[in-house]
Amino acid sequence: MTIIDNTTADVPSGPLLEVRDLHVEFHTRDGVAKAVNGVNYSVSAGETLAVLGESGSGKSVTAQAVMGILDMPPGRIPRGEIFFRGQDMLKMSNEERRLIRGQKIAMIFQDALSSLNPVLSVGYQLGEMFRVHLGLSKKEAKARSIELMDRVRIPAARERVNDYPHQFSGGMRQRIMIAMALALEPDLIIADEPTTALDVTVQAQVMDLLAELQREYHMGLILITHDLGVVADVADKIAVMYAGRIVETAPVHELYKRPAHPYTRGLLDSIPRLDQKGQELYAIKGLPPNLTRIPAGCAFNPRCPAAQDICRTEIPALLSVTERDGTELPGRGSACHFWKETIHG
Amino acid sequence: MPEPQCARPRSVAVEAVAVAAAATPDGGAAPGHGAAPEPGAAPQRRSAGSDGGAPTGKPRGLWSDAWHDLLRNPVFVVSALVIVFLVVISVWPSLIASRNPLSCDLALAQEGSRPGHPFGFNGQGCDVYTRTVHGARTSVVVGVLASLGVALTGSVLGALAGFHGGAWDAVLSRITDVFFAIPVVLGGLVLLSLVAGTTVWPVIGFMVLLGWPQISRIARGSVITVKQNDYVQAARALGASPARIMLRHILPNAVAPVIVVATIALGTFIALEATLSYLGVGLRPPAVSWGIDISDASPYIRNSPHMLLWPAGALAVTVLAFIMLGDAVRDALDPKLR
Repeated sequence: MTIIDNTTADVPSGPLLEVRDLHVEFHTRDGVAKAVNGVNYSVSAGETLAVLGESGSGKSVTAQAVMGILDMPPGRIPRGEIFFRGQDMLKMSNEERRLIRGQKIAMIFQDALSSLNPVLSVGYQLGEMFRVHLGLSKKEAKARSIELMDRVRIPAARERVNDYPHQFSGGMRQRIMIAMALALEPDLIIADEPTTALDVTVQAQVMDLLAELQREYHMGLILITHDLGVVADVADKIAVMYAGRIVETAPVHELYKRPAHPYTRGLLDSIPRLDQKGQELYAIKGLPPNLTRIPAGCAFNPRCPAAQDICRTEIPALLSVTERDGTELPGRGSACHFWKETIHG
Repeated sequence: MPEPQCARPRSVAVEAVAVAAAATPDGGAAPGHGAAPEPGAAPQRRSAGSDGGAPTGKPRGLWSDAWHDLLRNPVFVVSALVIVFLVVISVWPSLIASRNPLSCDLALAQEGSRPGHPFGFNGQGCDVYTRTVHGARTSVVVGVLASLGVALTGSVLGALAGFHGGAWDAVLSRITDVFFAIPVVLGGLVLLSLVAGTTVWPVIGFMVLLGWPQISRIARGSVITVKQNDYVQAARALGASPARIMLRHILPNAVAPVIVVATIALGTFIALEATLSYLGVGLRPPAVSWGIDISDASPYIRNSPHMLLWPAGALAVTVLAFIMLGDAVRDALDPKLR
């Protein structure tokens, strides 16, 4: 049994992005909120990592730390490294990081309406990418914006380039956000709940578009979501977060078949299914912990149906998961003292 | 053991609380360009494509929307006409009053209305009509320049404090507190009695000195509110520089409250100039100002009320016009009042 080390990703050139032992805390009036407590993950080119978790599990904060858009203060990164193409971004200057943002790593936000500036036309905002990073003229930037809008299949892009965000539907706005993220063909895209604010019918279209463009440009994609339905079709691997830690990692379908952490199992059990009609829907009891007072031991222990004494005292490490006979399951890890019982029943 | 769940359209929220789709940042304001080209520049367009299209019939920006609202508001139309008239006569007073406001004939002192001199004469025998018309220039100049000065100083300092936060913000907030503690009239009596001269500049300087903290607070609050919007975060995530974020993304969205308060303050600055001149610390003769005329006339109010009523009336109408204009602008720019 070894401690999972995601640095040994199975890509020859090494991972695109690698987060190592990242800690983020916020100084609040109630004390120090430990939002991220030692997260490790990596993404390679062309790979999709889904980060799954409830509100407050630290998934978005991790992403903001990677992007370098965390508000500091009150935020603070006491420990950790974020390697992008082998360089630790936390050691870079603000200016170096700013040049990476948008050009090498781009982000798609949850609510496209509030993520677009209401007083600027979408064409201007798309063109801003080219003007800020490539120094193109207004006219060139506009032409590129129209191309981009075509790329994300916005009908009549040429006529609509001067329209304002409120004149587009929710799905189109999210496509414009995707276009903005893609503008400079970044190596990595972080999508923070890109479909949460959309109708279910539009969600599928937007996810498909994102997945297609990712394949085409061979980008790394970090998909942050709380929606297990979205993850299944798109992601290659999943990291489940709870109270600022990764509690389980797995290739996507394996996670659905055999969860190795009671929290993941709880999440899967709380999905409504058609064959359950008339039965009560399962819910994980209790609430996510207050981040200023994370329970001792395993943070999930107060809500865990299988908690024992050891769970209240010892923090479980993220260990690799094996079959009953000891053969290792590649890419799988669980931070549960009783992962064997959980996965093998 | 749960089966793989792949039915995508059935999105299952794991989150205990569904993330509420955030409301429109401007509370539904139809936003637009800062230096808005008139609506003709953004051609009206029916919805294009299957999953989209313009939700509103006439696409307009915040500013052009506000402008259309204003034109339909009688309060705005009336006050704007009064203000246009005031501006015209303060630039070319000779258009309607060709006499020299400083040429007086003591023999005519305190005389009432007569042909060619509709408002009568004041205590020095000067024509009240001419002096009232010429006094508009002082009031408009002081009001406009003081408002501009206050708006610029206040919004630059306030916006920087709101944008950077931290120590700069703390220091600035304490300084504004200090200025808020200075009573305006008392401060004027003390400070303006130190300067000699008959120009409007010391008065304007004093108003800017005491007026900027109010605007600075408003600008600071407004910038802090706008800064928290997702699109500012998004601009950062796309690699925009701090200056670009401030000037392109925050400022156009934060400037409306500053404009409203500065317009309303314009009226109060005009009244303050008259107050200070009345008290003898604002403008001094031979400058022509309504405040000076009111001050000169007040001992004679029982015998010759016309000497006081005309400049006082002009002052009241002017202040009212600017305050009404400010109110109308506020109504037009505040989407919650629609």
